Amino acid sequence: MSKRLLINGSVHDVDLPDNVPLLWVLRDEVGLTGTKFGCGAGACGACTVHIDGEAVRSCQITLVDVWGEVTTIEGLGTPTNMAIIQQAWVDHQVAQCGYCQSGQIMNASALLHETPQATDQDIDDAMKGNLCRCGTYPRIRAAIKDAAQRISEKV
Amino acid sequence: MARIKTIARRTFLIGSTAIVGGAAFGVYQINRDAPNPLVAGEGEATLNPFVLITKDGVTLITPRAEMGQGVQTTLAALAAEELDVAWEDITVLHGPPAQAYYNSVFLGFAIPGAHYKDTAFKHGLRQQVGKVGKLLDLQGTGGSTSMKDFYERMRYVGASAREALKIAASIKIGVDVADLTTKDSAVIAPDGTIIPYVDLVEAVRNVTAPDVELRDKSTWKYLGRPMPRTDMVGKSTGTAQYATDIQLDRMKFATVRMSPTRNGMISYDADIAKKMDGVEAIINMGDGIAVVATNTWLAIQAAEAVDISWAPATYPADTAGLRSAILASLKGEANSTVRDDGDVSTDVAGTEVTAEYYVPWLAHTTMEPMTATAYFTGDALEVWAGNQSPTATRDACAQAVGLDSAQVTINTTMMGGAFGRRGENDFSVQAALIAKAMPNTPIRMAWSRKEDIRNDFFRPAIAAQFRGVIQDAKAVLVDGKIAGPSVFHISSLRQQGSIPPGPDRLHVEGAADQPYSIPNFRIAGYLTDIDVPLGFWRSVGASANGFILDTFIDELAHAAGTDPLQFRLDLARSEHGPSASVIEAVREMSAWTGNTPDGIGRGVAFTHSFGTPVAEVIEVEDTGNGIKINKCWIAADLGVVLDPRIVKTQMISGVIYGLSAAMQGEITFSDGMVEQENFYDYDALRMHTVPKFEVRLLENNLFLGGAGEPSTPPSMPALGNALFDLTGTRARELPLIKTFDLIL
Repeated sequence: MSKRLLINGSVHDVDLPDNVPLLWVLRDEVGLTGTKFGCGAGACGACTVHIDGEAVRSCQITLVDVWGEVTTIEGLGTPTNMAIIQQAWVDHQVAQCGYCQSGQIMNASALLHETPQATDQDIDDAMKGNLCRCGTYPRIRAAIKDAAQRISEKV
Repeated sequence: MARIKTIARRTFLIGSTAIVGGAAFGVYQINRDAPNPLVAGEGEATLNPFVLITKDGVTLITPRAEMGQGVQTTLAALAAEELDVAWEDITVLHGPPAQAYYNSVFLGFAIPGAHYKDTAFKHGLRQQVGKVGKLLDLQGTGGSTSMKDFYERMRYVGASAREALKIAASIKIGVDVADLTTKDSAVIAPDGTIIPYVDLVEAVRNVTAPDVELRDKSTWKYLGRPMPRTDMVGKSTGTAQYATDIQLDRMKFATVRMSPTRNGMISYDADIAKKMDGVEAIINMGDGIAVVATNTWLAIQAAEAVDISWAPATYPADTAGLRSAILASLKGEANSTVRDDGDVSTDVAGTEVTAEYYVPWLAHTTMEPMTATAYFTGDALEVWAGNQSPTATRDACAQAVGLDSAQVTINTTMMGGAFGRRGENDFSVQAALIAKAMPNTPIRMAWSRKEDIRNDFFRPAIAAQFRGVIQDAKAVLVDGKIAGPSVFHISSLRQQGSIPPGPDRLHVEGAADQPYSIPNFRIAGYLTDIDVPLGFWRSVGASANGFILDTFIDELAHAAGTDPLQFRLDLARSEHGPSASVIEAVREMSAWTGNTPDGIGRGVAFTHSFGTPVAEVIEVEDTGNGIKINKCWIAADLGVVLDPRIVKTQMISGVIYGLSAAMQGEITFSDGMVEQENFYDYDALRMHTVPKFEVRLLENNLFLGGAGEPSTPPSMPALGNALFDLTGTRARELPLIKTFDLIL
């Protein structure tokens, strides 16, 4: 069954069974490999993308259920034109192995969109679904706060 | 897509083993006999196995795998320090498997004796023995060895290349070499003329460089400072490439289901699976099956639908049976007595303390499950794998598909975590075999999370019995027995086909090798003969023994009525100054008084491992709604700190990894299979449970210490000791969630 998706501003017609999770549509069909597979159970957050600005676990959304425009890490910014939050990630040298960071950044980006002045409690609540085995959490927290500051100054 | 093909071509080129062009470098003694695996193409010059200059810039081969520890950044900084290349001009590549990139530290571990006792002579002996690794093509990332390995090698590489470029410039512009300087990727002439390195590609090809002295530490501009990581932008934009991200034309997607009993497959029925959406092939892998499909998820669904009958495990089938076997081995003969100071069998007067400990089986759970991409064309195999052992991976893949090693190209990609797991080559070999079954079709293989946990190579469960004697508030006797299956023996048998001679030091590391002056001090190892597949888990033996010995030291301190921090300090001071200093450092950092208010507990712990002494203080709080960890203070001494931010990050990372296991990590077995299958039943610290950190790095250590592992061992006892301080309950078994109401 062909389904039309809007991903990072581009239209993609996808011909895969309805029940294939969005994660695997992005990675194997569309070729957007920045979104990562970690658990397949919504338990680690590595596959987080936005649908109409809302952070979702793409391993838990089937193709047929995708209800709006999809934004992935590649749509947030590029190496030569990073989003504010990505720049904050670089400035705070957040990543170690880096595998969870696309999901962390997408989740944090949605958090700041919803709660521009996120408190420590807000960060705990929003980010605790995103696992990092390297233990980059202290710098993730610092980068989120810094990005919030920069976004508020820009507005 | 085009970009990836370009990279693939480049790595193919570099992967060839011919020695073509380039400057002839006789100066670099250590690598004198190792051929340069780099092939200079048109408009390129390879100055040695580590430096490639093209018209676009300088590529440094940083031949240790990037698993998140920042190794490639600091390896690049070591070379760049001498090469005078501007930081933003550098590209780093892991490079191919090659003798030139052998690990010169691994084999030095075989020299007996605790590392803290190393003299200059013994350190030199370790280095000499380590060089034998070259003859074995022993290339590997692990054991916290990379900086010890390359601290001098990589700087010599940069210095040689710099001098070669100066000679090339001298010939080109007719100015004496002595009058030339270098700065920001260019040679500078006395009149200020700037000759960029990239303009010297042709001229440098016929240059032989002279011997070069290394610059003094006082002149360093990159080393000792926090350098921006070379992988940071890629990892912040989703463009960093892992093995699971490789894209090739006509690619198919695969997964495997291998024997969870680790003893092969009796039969399988794939009738339903082969008719499922997208399935292209179901392959008999001997000890499991692989499914190839048009999409990874469809492959995983089909693999689950295959009805498989597994052969029963050859080890005791459940956790209790395994534990009984480990405990039983404590009653047998000791296999090693690596530490035996004084005489523990004499009758020593004083207060006797005894305790028994047990720590569970653990899995690595890297964020990226095992993955590899492979392409087989009949007479060649190319593999993309995040791996810690490229030469062994190359040879194992070649053997598996029936090719010579020279016909196999290994691309070592970024790794989504490793922690020791990716030193194995099982996943790379599987991808190679699937590719062989589907010739001329690129195969991208990914394991499910369940597969990743069940088919791990585990940190074994360990049991211990300790007896100590306190006399005049001092420890005068410690007699420890440590039992469990041998990581070293089981992994050596699997990887090399034999068990190295001599006592198994890894089995007792973190206990037998501690810098404690105790007049009667014996640590005996007891090996349990069970064949659960074991592997190297961050800090290996010290991950268990650090908890066991340090918890016992804490018990002795309390029995002696002495402040536990002062007790450790007294034991370490006469034995190893740098160890005493890190204990003093955490006392000062945490404003340790030995007293804590109600509802707050503090614990201290210390372990010397991988050449680095680390002390930690952890503070816990009873919130009334569960216990949380407030803060962790860490002091470590690596001798020389090459990048303070990266080292501090590693210290914090190691503690978070250790605390995750200490709090809740436990692998259990039933019917010969691991019961855990995902992060919902094998979890780790998260944003809301991670403490605050403060790290101090000292530089008193005589020799360079490792960074990736040494903070893990003391984290577990520090937490246990803090919980004892808070509650009065002594946990002698992990994970701690079994004893305490921890907030998860």
